[in-house]
Amino acid sequence: MRKLVAGAIPLLAALVAFLIGALMLVAIGASPWEGLKALVDGAFGDTNALAVTAVKATPLLLVGAGITIAFRASVINIGGEGQIVAGALLSTMVALLVPDLPAILLVPLVLIAGLIGGGIAGAIPGALKAYASVNEILSTIMLNLVMVQLMNYLLRGPLIDPLEVEAGTRIPQTERLSDNAALPTLIEGTRLHLGVVIALLAAVAAYVLLWRTPLGFRLRAVGHSPEAAKAAGIKVKQSTTAALAISGSLGGLAGAILVFGSEGQRMVTDGSSAGFTGSAGFNGIVAALFGGLHPLWTIPSSFLFGGLLTGATNLQRVLQVPAALAVALNGIVVVFVVSSGRVRERLEQFTSKRAELNAALKDGDS
Amino acid sequence: MTPPPPQTGPPLLEMRGITKRFPGVIANQDVDFDVRAGEVHTLLGENGAGKSTLMKILFGLYQPEEGEVLLRGEPIDITSPSEAIDARVGMVHQHFMLVPTMTVAENVALGIKSDRGPLTDLDAVSERIREISEAHGLAVDPDVEVWRLSVGERQRIEIVKALFRDAELLVLDEPTAVLTPQEVDDLFVILRRMTEEGRGIIFISHKLHEVMALSDRITVLRNGRVTGHTVPAETSRENLAEMMVGRAVKLSPHRPDVTPGAPRLKIRGLSVVGDRGTRAVDQVDLDVFGGEILGIAGVSGNGQRELAEVVAGLRKPEPGTSIELDGQAIDSASTRERRDLGLSYVPEERMRDGAIGDFTVSENIILVDHGSEKFSASGLLNFGAIKDHCNKLVEQFAVKTPSIETPTSSLSGGNIQKVIMARELSAGPAVLIASQPTRGVDIGSAEYIHERLVEQRDRGTATLLISEDLDEVLGLSDRIAVMFEGRVVAIVDHDDATREGIGLLMAGVFDEEPATT
Repeated sequence: MRKLVAGAIPLLAALVAFLIGALMLVAIGASPWEGLKALVDGAFGDTNALAVTAVKATPLLLVGAGITIAFRASVINIGGEGQIVAGALLSTMVALLVPDLPAILLVPLVLIAGLIGGGIAGAIPGALKAYASVNEILSTIMLNLVMVQLMNYLLRGPLIDPLEVEAGTRIPQTERLSDNAALPTLIEGTRLHLGVVIALLAAVAAYVLLWRTPLGFRLRAVGHSPEAAKAAGIKVKQSTTAALAISGSLGGLAGAILVFGSEGQRMVTDGSSAGFTGSAGFNGIVAALFGGLHPLWTIPSSFLFGGLLTGATNLQRVLQVPAALAVALNGIVVVFVVSSGRVRERLEQFTSKRAELNAALKDGDS
Repeated sequence: MTPPPPQTGPPLLEMRGITKRFPGVIANQDVDFDVRAGEVHTLLGENGAGKSTLMKILFGLYQPEEGEVLLRGEPIDITSPSEAIDARVGMVHQHFMLVPTMTVAENVALGIKSDRGPLTDLDAVSERIREISEAHGLAVDPDVEVWRLSVGERQRIEIVKALFRDAELLVLDEPTAVLTPQEVDDLFVILRRMTEEGRGIIFISHKLHEVMALSDRITVLRNGRVTGHTVPAETSRENLAEMMVGRAVKLSPHRPDVTPGAPRLKIRGLSVVGDRGTRAVDQVDLDVFGGEILGIAGVSGNGQRELAEVVAGLRKPEPGTSIELDGQAIDSASTRERRDLGLSYVPEERMRDGAIGDFTVSENIILVDHGSEKFSASGLLNFGAIKDHCNKLVEQFAVKTPSIETPTSSLSGGNIQKVIMARELSAGPAVLIASQPTRGVDIGSAEYIHERLVEQRDRGTATLLISEDLDEVLGLSDRIAVMFEGRVVAIVDHDDATREGIGLLMAGVFDEEPATT
């Protein structure tokens, strides 16, 4: 019973957030009931709405599953945005390089490229932390900025659509990428594509990795007690690097799915990372926290946040309220969820050993 | 068993029929305990037997559900430690409550009202300290800063603090835990002098030979109840242990004669810089042979921990150090590689380095070998094999746990240590480093762990046993190396070793050049 109550607290927090959202609607003269209806209809109202919600949930789930792996190893990954961009860039380059491969080869290839791109973007701060004691919170955030600039450079320069150069419009985007790389649609007439299934599989894989494999065992051991892990002969530095690399690779996979599951089938930038990622690199962290930092619970949690994103768009359309309201609503939910006691406890549980980990990484060559 | 009372008049302290319950536990059940003026009354019992609860009741930190406390024949209701101090009851804590950067006089003056109102009167305090230390033979300089003092000296300040408040009844909680045998002797002389002045002393300890040496009377607690009152003349260490545990206990295991084999661990010129930036271990040479236990005796902080960590690969030694395991140089090998070569390590800090509290018993058992072929196949952990292995070990090492999926932190210290021992011994190590293997462990588990260590020795393991418990070192070791200020100052054969001889060496009293093997 107590457990049930404790488990309901994040939901209560979400409810309070919605109440505040309702007050905001009243304040601008709209009906909160209609607002709620528009929100729910937009998110879960019909097959199409559900499909869009699932597609929106996909990058959140991938980033979130990666976040659970990092947190369980006592490392904090705020670099989701950069890792998504890195994965997207590498997979885009692969698709540009070998556009004529058959779909059966090219689709897996671009997905793997996404994993590798994000993995590298995660491994860099991971190795910096393990071998040079660089704070991973700072380095992952910094790398987000670097990746955005890399994206802007590549899409304005080397990777720009030749047609844009010819026409002189110079919109920073690639040419339309090979259709062989496009993720197959699952239900005709909806936007539901293979990426959704891949994200679900990735969340299950994250669970299997953490609790069913020797590598995951080591990551959790390091997360719980770097000293005991070290004394048992576990390589703490390697594990720390691996945790961030794996976490990043899932973000990179999300990046590839964003490109090859998009309607435009190309990579576009508006100069910011959010323009491409929709802030999935940050919202994925919230989804993971809302899911108690458990990869499987991150599935429904991501679906809820995906629904919030699609629902808010509908709300804006139906009630003709400003777009800023939808953004604010999303923000309020995030603030309430993250500051609710249980989520905070969970957060502390998996970050309380960071000081020990930092100390363990500093001395010895394990 | 109760001796005839040697005196008349009401005892200094009487606790009658004390009962204290916590949810699910009876901490004290109908406990009778009294202290007469001029005697040392020992309270003996394992962790969790109810000694601390009884003393916390005496100091007003807990209120008993039943029973009464009488001081000098008068019922008294103590509700806080300051009331206890006012009633002239003093406590010498196991962990010293001293501010290292302040002088002795400043420490003693802490918490005492000055005669000069808001201003301190340190000169008067110093003067009193001089008087007290002279009267009791305590040798304490009031003007020296505490951080400069040895552990034994710091303990004397705690005693001075109690005497400064004119305590008539003194409680000493495990006072010898950190002392060398010589310091223990000195302490006992001081305590004797205080009883001669008519003070009463409650001595809490689990070191049986000290209890036998110091006590006038002994009360044994087990599971919150008094299981025996006795006097040293009518009992023995074995007897006391039996009363504590509730069954016959072998205090030192039988060590069958084993002819030591070849040296399996060879240490040459081991030096290492400690956490404080000074040299913690200085040019140590040691050979540990197969089939022997080499005990390292020494007061804690003389380089034992650093030595163990260097051999385990957790701390980098200075250049010039050479360590060989079965003839193979391991000084640049990682902990993993050392373990693969047959090194096992039971760390001193059980809950920090030895086991992961949030992990289950089975996860802790496979902490070292989770990646071996035995426990994983094609990238996945083989839970069937892990379960079989862990169930077998839990049974074999008599670990008391509801299941192998129980979180390790919910087990008792003794059982956690058994889990660690099971893990470290199951591989049949070539070399075993066992640091403080039974510290804070109940007698039953300690007995069991000792048997296992000897059994492993008989099978040809070279064991480096590091312990602050001199009885443990003397009882288990084939040879004893004494460490003092980072050096091995002597290596003594089991048959030549005496408590006094080793004690002198531990205190740094030796006239020859440091011995080598």
